[in-house]
Amino acid sequence: MLTKRIIPCLDVRGGRVTKGVKFKNNIDLGDPVEMAVAYSNGGADELVFYDITASAERRPIDIGMVAAVAETIRIPFAVGGGISDVSDMERVILAGAEKVSVNSLAVRNPQIISDGARAFGAQCVVLGMDPVKSDNPKCPSGYEITTRGFREFTGMDAVEWAKRAADLGAGEIVVNSVDADGTRCGFELTITRLIAEAVPVPVVASGGAGNPSHLADAFNVAHADAAIVAGMVHTGEWTIAQIKADLAAANVPVRKVW
Amino acid sequence: MTAIVDYRAGNLTSVKLAFAAIGEPVEVTSDPARVRSAERVVFPGVGAARSAMENLLELGLVDVVKEAATDGRLFLGICLGMQILFEHSDEDGGVDTLGVLPGRVRRFPNVPGCKVPEIGWNQVNGGAEYYFVHSYYAELGPWTFGKTEYAGVEFTSMVKKGKLWACQFHPEKSGRVGLELLKGWLAC
Repeated sequence: MLTKRIIPCLDVRGGRVTKGVKFKNNIDLGDPVEMAVAYSNGGADELVFYDITASAERRPIDIGMVAAVAETIRIPFAVGGGISDVSDMERVILAGAEKVSVNSLAVRNPQIISDGARAFGAQCVVLGMDPVKSDNPKCPSGYEITTRGFREFTGMDAVEWAKRAADLGAGEIVVNSVDADGTRCGFELTITRLIAEAVPVPVVASGGAGNPSHLADAFNVAHADAAIVAGMVHTGEWTIAQIKADLAAANVPVRKVW
Repeated sequence: MTAIVDYRAGNLTSVKLAFAAIGEPVEVTSDPARVRSAERVVFPGVGAARSAMENLLELGLVDVVKEAATDGRLFLGICLGMQILFEHSDEDGGVDTLGVLPGRVRRFPNVPGCKVPEIGWNQVNGGAEYYFVHSYYAELGPWTFGKTEYAGVEFTSMVKKGKLWACQFHPEKSGRVGLELLKGWLAC
């Protein structure tokens, strides 16, 4: 049976992994390669790295870090942040990342999704999105896409955007709820489920994981295919093995051999 | 020397890095002569069957790859590199492939709750999980060694026919168990 993936997310700033709440108040957590090894050995199914300051500083992603991670771990990982065109995507993929994640860039220029899918295959192109609850009449799902870390509202409906991105060739969609991000109070199940049921590609729940039951809900209630964890594992409060044991007890299929 | 065949079917970085991790020197090559003289041949691939066959033809690699897969040398097909060893793929409206192995490659049916492509870790023969990314699968056949289930279909996830091994999953991205498989193949 295909197992549900648990994906630790590492936000990288100035070559160090950091963690913030609602994109603010970042604290230092450690070295990206060392943390990648620890999570890979600990049973993580995949990793995602966001170079969180690359876009704001208008510089390309740190390829040296991507290559160092690729040389060290043997599980798939995705990279996002600081991607501005197909040649940036290519550099990341040739350095050894399995997937490239685009978010604000795809809102500005949706064609990057189809260009990336044509060049590298849909499985390499991940659409990240930051939806927030909204009463904007242009957003019938009740969720609006924001960009640039919650700073800009786009007037785009989250479910419509997810469907369009999948049509364009996104191989996977990460639904990162801005309302839940960093709260550790559980994923935003409503929008995750709306999108999981609307698109033919895998959906990753993101933002808000605080304990294993939150992940069980993402899988059993919101029908996500994978879930991102950050603070709950970075602090050492939970291990991937503990999360998987609890998920198995909740009848969620998880990878047991690593 | 172990040759990794480069026929413009996807990124070979992780295959190369996985062999480096187990201390096996490899050469990535599109040169038919290099593949012909290699002691061991790795035939990876990501993408679509038709363009893969067209690239092999254009690069003069069709006969060389068939030969490597059948002349008793160690041979390892991965993902699309396994699928096109079979006779025919339903991908791209149907395309005849290398025919080294009997059987056909089909698309997963649309089943509620099962996304296509299958992306993630799935069990082989009910045991350890390996990392899969694919929309098409090979039917069960006489050389099926590993079986995996997805979308209500039981498919060939691994082939062993003497020194010819092939896997639908990606051993190079399957953590420790994947590296163990590559070591097992080299020692075969």
